[in-house]
Amino acid sequence: MTAVAATTETVSLPKVKTDWLPALLVPILAVAALPLVGSFSTWVTLTVAALAMGMMIFLMASGLTLVFGLMDVLNFGHGVFISFGAYVSLMVLGPLAGWVESPNIWLNIGVLLACIVVAMLVTGALGYAFERVVIRPVYGQHLKQILITMGGMIVAEQMIHVIWGASPIPLRLPEGLRGAIVVGEAAMEKYRVIAVVLGLLVFGLMHLLLNRTKIGLLIRAGVENAEMVEALGYRIRRLFVGVFIAGSALAGLGGVLWAFYRQTLTAGMGMEVNVLIFIVIIIGGLGSIGGCFVGALLVALVANYTGFLAPKLALGSSILLMVLILLWRPQGLYPVAKR
Amino acid sequence: MKDAILRLDGVHTHIGQYHILHGIDLVVPRGQLTMLLGRNGAGKTTTLRTIMGLWQASKGHVHFDGRDITKLSTPDIAQAGIAYVPENMGIFADLTVRENMILAARNGEIDPKRLKWIFGLFPALEKFWSLAAGTLSGGQKQMLAIARAIVEPRELLLIDEPTKGLAPAIIMNMIQAFRELKSTGATILLVEQNFMAARLLGDSVAVMDDGRVVHRGAMAELAEDTTLQQKLLGLSMDAHQ
Repeated sequence: MTAVAATTETVSLPKVKTDWLPALLVPILAVAALPLVGSFSTWVTLTVAALAMGMMIFLMASGLTLVFGLMDVLNFGHGVFISFGAYVSLMVLGPLAGWVESPNIWLNIGVLLACIVVAMLVTGALGYAFERVVIRPVYGQHLKQILITMGGMIVAEQMIHVIWGASPIPLRLPEGLRGAIVVGEAAMEKYRVIAVVLGLLVFGLMHLLLNRTKIGLLIRAGVENAEMVEALGYRIRRLFVGVFIAGSALAGLGGVLWAFYRQTLTAGMGMEVNVLIFIVIIIGGLGSIGGCFVGALLVALVANYTGFLAPKLALGSSILLMVLILLWRPQGLYPVAKR
Repeated sequence: MKDAILRLDGVHTHIGQYHILHGIDLVVPRGQLTMLLGRNGAGKTTTLRTIMGLWQASKGHVHFDGRDITKLSTPDIAQAGIAYVPENMGIFADLTVRENMILAARNGEIDPKRLKWIFGLFPALEKFWSLAAGTLSGGQKQMLAIARAIVEPRELLLIDEPTKGLAPAIIMNMIQAFRELKSTGATILLVEQNFMAARLLGDSVAVMDDGRVVHRGAMAELAEDTTLQQKLLGLSMDAHQ
């Protein structure tokens, strides 16, 4: 049998380069902040708060980065799912008010999980409708995508006003999730620890899905070269709808966590966090889940440390971080191959 | 002449406002390797993309195995049994060699006997099986692109300039691999700029110019007729060896 091998090309084994540097920025940044913060306990509190915030931003942003990577769709209305996810939790908190005030921690966690499940179901369904009605007519037209998805978000905000009213709604954490765990002199809010655990769990599941399943392979391949995936016989449009629904549901999950974190519901909360989400996915590299995760953690760490050390700079810290990252890596931390 | 597995009748293709194909008539006989030759910009790649449904024909018909596939979507055309290797190879650089191959296998599993045969054709793929495809050299990527197209038996292979940019030694080995592939009875439509490769591999040939097929016939006839080569391609094949 003939073999295409007898060349110098196949002699040396190419080395796989694992790019650890962007991921290492997270611990490097955290350690570098320690002497600036001064107190170890304050540093622990700030770092845990930042990790919790980062996980929530990651949950909200992960769907958007895949949607952009897979179909080149700029969905500026992604915040719709965050706001709806948060408000839908009211539908659960009403009937389960007893669980919220119960001293039983399992009932408290149960009500949080119920909020998450219902929010994900509703925002997943909303995502399906949004894709069909708003996104589908404007495939391949970036300017129209920006305009129509922003319009969609404004309409959704007004719908929230109609359904739940225009006034901010206070949201109380379930009884057992209030307060802090004190380790030594460091205080860590219980809810933030739960948010970190949930975020890590979802990231782990996404990692498994993307790397160990055929559907994950298709998503990764589709982000890189959607046309070739179609040429192999797969319907990328169906895959995209599935990813859009999953991304919307994840935004709904993030919305619930974000609402309890802020302890206030406002119709504009999705739009407010939208800017942060776009910063994160640009920093991470459009279409990259790993980049989105690292980007979210970096943004949150910088925001928290800056808020403590130089509060006046806190508002612009994310923008500054994005500028620095893009000067270093113009395609983001982990650019997907085709971009 | 053997029966045709693919037939294009008066196919026109527009890309935006540009009229690229002007009524292509092309026949690909079953079990043969048909070369599609022509100068740069003649419309060869557009022809392959139109067959795959990546660009829709604005007029005319594409028949595959007796079925009109002109209006079918790309996934439907692929599922009908046509494999496509684009000019840029279409390798998923972030995926491993193994993952690239698995994606091409419909049920996610590769027949071990066929894989062994593919490894025989392209041993580098076995060696780099678990490495990201993006780390491969240009020649190895081309091997992966072709291996992906033949990971399962397909009725027709469309391959766009597989020798482009490769070193002469790799080209010779690639030609040997195509010969091996031909011996299995595969039907191939091959776009090529390398005329030496075309002469060594082609059973039949179609020459394109300005979005039209201007010559069809046996490859051996064209290889023998330097005047015709001059007329159709501007250069004789001997000048390319």
